[in-house]
Amino acid sequence: MTENQDPIIRLTDVSKFFGEFQALKSVNMEVQLGERVVVCGPSGSGKSTMIRCINRLEEHDAGRIVVDGKELTEDMGNILAVRREVGMVFQQFNLFPHLTVLRNLTLAPMRARKLSLKEAEEVAMQYLERVQIPDQANKYPSQLSGGQQQRVAIARSLCMKPRIMLFDEPTSALDPEMIKEVLDVMIELAREGMTMIVVTHEMGFAKTVADTMVFMDHGEIVESAPPSDFFTAPESERTQLFLSQILSH
Amino acid sequence: MTAGRRNKKTRWSWIDLLVIAAVIAFVVFVVVRVETVLRYTWNWGHVMPFLAYVDEDTGRWVTNLLLEGLILTMRLAVIGIVISALIGVVMGLCRISNNLFLRMVARTYVELVRNTPPLVFIFIFYFFLSSQLMPLLGVDDLARSDSEFVQWMVRMVAGDPSLFSNFVAGLICLSLFEGAYITEIVRAGIQSIPRGQWEAGKSMGLSGFDVMRNVILPQAVSRIMPPLANQFIILIKDSSIVSLISIQELTFMAVEVGVSTSRVFEVWILTAVMYFVICYACVIVFNWLERRAERSKR
Ligand SMILES: Nc1ncnc2c1ncn2[C@@H]1O[C@H](COP(=O)(O)OP(=O)(O)OP(=O)(O)O)[C@@H](O)[C@H]1O
Ligand SMILES: [Mg+2]
Repeated sequence: MTENQDPIIRLTDVSKFFGEFQALKSVNMEVQLGERVVVCGPSGSGKSTMIRCINRLEEHDAGRIVVDGKELTEDMGNILAVRREVGMVFQQFNLFPHLTVLRNLTLAPMRARKLSLKEAEEVAMQYLERVQIPDQANKYPSQLSGGQQQRVAIARSLCMKPRIMLFDEPTSALDPEMIKEVLDVMIELAREGMTMIVVTHEMGFAKTVADTMVFMDHGEIVESAPPSDFFTAPESERTQLFLSQILSH
Repeated sequence: MTAGRRNKKTRWSWIDLLVIAAVIAFVVFVVVRVETVLRYTWNWGHVMPFLAYVDEDTGRWVTNLLLEGLILTMRLAVIGIVISALIGVVMGLCRISNNLFLRMVARTYVELVRNTPPLVFIFIFYFFLSSQLMPLLGVDDLARSDSEFVQWMVRMVAGDPSLFSNFVAGLICLSLFEGAYITEIVRAGIQSIPRGQWEAGKSMGLSGFDVMRNVILPQAVSRIMPPLANQFIILIKDSSIVSLISIQELTFMAVEVGVSTSRVFEVWILTAVMYFVICYACVIVFNWLERRAERSKR
């Protein structure tokens, strides 16, 4: 990533309150086009809150968030435009249980991108091939394994042809033997140059794909560094402590 | 769930037999008491013609008060279900809307209905409706219209055109009353859908309307159906309260016939049986619909 171009995501002094509780404290972050950022930190440190502010599933209370040149404000048109460019994958998959896999994938392209049914199905099948489950297209989500469901969820986001992908602990709800198949899809995506922000504790994955490691604690970004520095010579004591805990098991 | 119930064999235990024996003993006891203590002689033959009788001149069957009452009750039920469901869906959506004004309107409506006795609500509303709203809406003129089509509609809805305005007032009262409960059923059904479904829809750039229509409502419907069916049965039974504002439905007619014949027990037992039959028929239909919906989901 070159520093001279405009970042595709910029958070400036972003704060977020839940009632009295401050979940984000003046967070600053820049993500360049094509950059892969991995965010880690203890539970409750504000990782989910931060990435959910980027597609405005949470509204920030102070500071500025600019995504792909559009500032996130009350303006609903802007918000919808940003969301079409930003895909999100959730810990709990959040597939639509009443729709088949194929319909899960075609819904948003048809409604939000105004594709025809035929076009949307073509795109859907293309992404189902990419995540290697084209044969499950006509099943319902409940008939798939967790790993397959999460791959469907990734394909569903990709069908909107987003420029940025957000992942919120995509493998945390999976049985260990299914984690790899999901990570493989994500590594593939990273290799193709997708801009990604991934909240995860999979440090092996982080070392493979991350351009930047971010460590959060108590609503603050404590450390932000390339993985080579981050894993070998973390500056902050809190990062060291966290890493020693997480890498020990 | 249903499969489990079906697999369970019906086996009679001595407790069941005891209960059945007790029920039979109780019924016999009541009948005997009524006959001996109240000196009541049962006379079903006297009451049955109030359902229908054979006209001696023409030799044809003619419906009488009780059956006409039953038919009006069924009209009230069918149209009431449609109107109250519409009110319930609209108000239910208002209840969870982002717009504070809509939320307050819906909330006020629900709380007003829920916290007044049905009779009081209906008396207040009826006098307001029939004296203010009906003339304003020109309902009476509608009943007197000379258009063939309008006349046909009026007869379809209320039976007798001269009672149309009265019927409509009763119908609106009943629908408003039940609509409040359906509002809560709809709200609860929609809110029972996990937040993640909203978030997944929104995160793909779908508008709130699109998420509601394509993601939330289809899932909510299957959760709303069972309590909704239950509320429809309650509506049929509650329709008897509009007898107090002179809507000539089954309960109203039963009072009339009971007074004029003095065959109180027969008339009310017959009336109870008629209510039971239509309600139970609805239960069977709703259960069947539910099972079918369940199966089509597979
Ligand atoms: N909707 C909410 N209402 C109130 N408090 C909230 C809400 N969402 C999050 N919080 C609080 O904000 C803090 C940060 O939450 P967040 O979900 O961002 O943490 P996280 O870093 O993602 O943790 P985890 O690893 O457990 O997912 C937590 O203390 C949480 O209790
Ligand atoms: Mg989280």
